[in-house]
Amino acid sequence: MANSSEQHHQVIKGTGMLVFLLCGMPSSQAEVPMPKLAQASGEQCVEDTAFMRRNHMDLLKHQRDKTLRQGIRSKSHSLQGCLDCHAIYDNNQQIVDIKNDKHFCNSCHNYAAVKIDCFDCHSSTPLKNNPSAGI
Amino acid sequence: MADQEKNTFLSRRQFLGASIGLTGTALLAPGVFLYQTAQAKPDAQPVSDTVRWGMLIDTNKCESGCDDCVTACAEENGWQNQTGPEEVKVQWMRKVDLKDKNTGREVSLPVMCQHCEKPPCVDVCPTGASFKRADGIVLVDKHICIGCRYCMMACPYKARSFVHSPVESHDDMMPRGMGTVESCTMCTHLIDKDKSPACISACPEKAILIGNLNDKQSEISLRIASVSSRQIRADLQTNPGVRYQGL
Repeated sequence: MANSSEQHHQVIKGTGMLVFLLCGMPSSQAEVPMPKLAQASGEQCVEDTAFMRRNHMDLLKHQRDKTLRQGIRSKSHSLQGCLDCHAIYDNNQQIVDIKNDKHFCNSCHNYAAVKIDCFDCHSSTPLKNNPSAGI
Repeated sequence: MADQEKNTFLSRRQFLGASIGLTGTALLAPGVFLYQTAQAKPDAQPVSDTVRWGMLIDTNKCESGCDDCVTACAEENGWQNQTGPEEVKVQWMRKVDLKDKNTGREVSLPVMCQHCEKPPCVDVCPTGASFKRADGIVLVDKHICIGCRYCMMACPYKARSFVHSPVESHDDMMPRGMGTVESCTMCTHLIDKDKSPACISACPEKAILIGNLNDKQSEISLRIASVSSRQIRADLQTNPGVRYQGL
């Protein structure tokens, strides 16, 4: 019993120290700014916004297999379709690419710390020579 | 006597087939052409096996020294500006010059993925990245390609390349990336849009004909039914979709 009481006491002391340290941390390190999503062109996305936030990756992957393996090149769920509407312009009215933090994909993915490799191969800006292509 | 003639014929065929691989010199230069355009397909409709895309290349029209088709392929698919050692540069398409040492006859022809009916690259792929589309076009799914290069070893035509260097520009229609294998796609992005592959549009001699081998009334089917043509390494029985006239 005596040992148990001593351990309990130490736990309380340790917790108190942790609370003390947390309180002493600067508030700027505890808060990461929420992503600000830029307005896309067009009135409505291909699906509801809430659905897109949770499921856009599944739609993209599904469409990628359909395009590559079945030759289906409809634009609505294609990567190029996303980029066409969600192109972000910089101060010089140039479309930013994935290297820029303002790129639409980066605005959330940087916040969520999710690394995407789509643009290791694909263009991260709308294709100029064939904007209607489903890729 | 009949047997003897048959053996002679076979050995000649084998010689011709082997000569493409052994004595062929990789050069830049041919011309290719397409007569028959692809049948229009709605974007949302999948390709079907009612079509099997094939090419007929007339080597009589193909000039040695001309590489317009190769250049057009490179520009269309984004492999034109490569840096680094020559031996690791990707090559979707190349010109080959052949000479029959007995007769002195020379031919020049473009060689790329032959889009086999039974592709060895698909057989050996450990991930399923190498696959054949329903319309007979053999492709690499770079999303799941692990870059093992078994397909490159299996291909009898040396048609595939490995991307060794980071790809700088992604402005082209064909997504490309380091660490994956790639080859001629018959310009699927164009065929699916009812356009001709880049090599065919670029050929000044209109030496390449593309069409549906499954349609017996298509121009390519009528041509191969009436003129002599052959497949490279037909002895391997992969039944390539690309055929050569005058070879």
